[in-house]
Amino acid sequence: MSKWVINESLCKGCGICIERCPMKILAFAEHLTPKGVHPSSMTDESKCTSCAICAKSCPDVAIQIYKEEK
Amino acid sequence: MKQVFGKTNVLSANPTHYCPGCDHGVVHRLIAESLEELEVADRSIGVAPVGCSVFAYDYFNIDFNQAAHGRAPAVATGIKRTRPDSIVFTYQGDGDLAAIGTAEIIHAANRGENITVVFINNGIYGMTGGQMAPTTLVGMKTQTSPYGRDAATMGSPIRVSEIIATLESPAYVTRVTVNNIANQIKTKKAIKNAFTLQKEKKGFSFVEIVCICPTNWGKKPTDAHKWLTENMLPVFPLGTFKDIHGIEKA
Repeated sequence: MSKWVINESLCKGCGICIERCPMKILAFAEHLTPKGVHPSSMTDESKCTSCAICAKSCPDVAIQIYKEEK
Repeated sequence: MKQVFGKTNVLSANPTHYCPGCDHGVVHRLIAESLEELEVADRSIGVAPVGCSVFAYDYFNIDFNQAAHGRAPAVATGIKRTRPDSIVFTYQGDGDLAAIGTAEIIHAANRGENITVVFINNGIYGMTGGQMAPTTLVGMKTQTSPYGRDAATMGSPIRVSEIIATLESPAYVTRVTVNNIANQIKTKKAIKNAFTLQKEKKGFSFVEIVCICPTNWGKKPTDAHKWLTENMLPVFPLGTFKDIHGIEKA
């Protein structure tokens, strides 16, 4: 299961999560959603720290964050 | 895997009609999370304004009302007085609160109604297509000030929080912003303080949130937050102007 889950139907492609990600591992996807936007996508999940800054920055609450349990 | 962040159930599953990057969505979430954490969502009643956030009732899973333009504090007064145990808040933009609704907000604040007002200040009329608002910055170009706002003929931006803070009755008046995560955390705290005061029946609380309007500012959402930091915040300084019960220190 992945740490970073996006509901692409909610993403409007504003890019705020991509700009704010401290690890710079988010980018616009190549494909288009039915809304006609390039959604945000994860490029390298191994670097994701589950800080949730992207999810909290998202005005459309499109991102869910999971963390591995120790 | 443990979920560390997800959508609160106080927000509905409907996709919002707001433009990409609009801060309304963030503020909606902060309000919903605050109501949930204070365990008052089941007895909360919101009042939506006229403006972009007129459809706010579609985005919350709580009771909502929609008021005539600018009259949200008057409608909220009625709801609160008939249902004193409800948590009543209005959600208003600068066209609604600072222009057509100036009388209602001033008098609701002056009566010290036990309601919470969330004021979204983005310095422009969003819904109608970017006309000049009372909070538009001097020199800022809008549809109705194409050469920039001229202070000599059009006046200067109104600082609503400062005006409200001069009144005797309000319990809590603060200005915050959501231009980055640190300020977003402070904003949530301010909203929570406001609802806590209302829950304890301690009087009128007013939270002004300086926001972006990327579409009508003609900027990318990411650039708009920089523009807000550089241009809006010097005119609308952040801070708490009134806190008679000392809730921020508590």
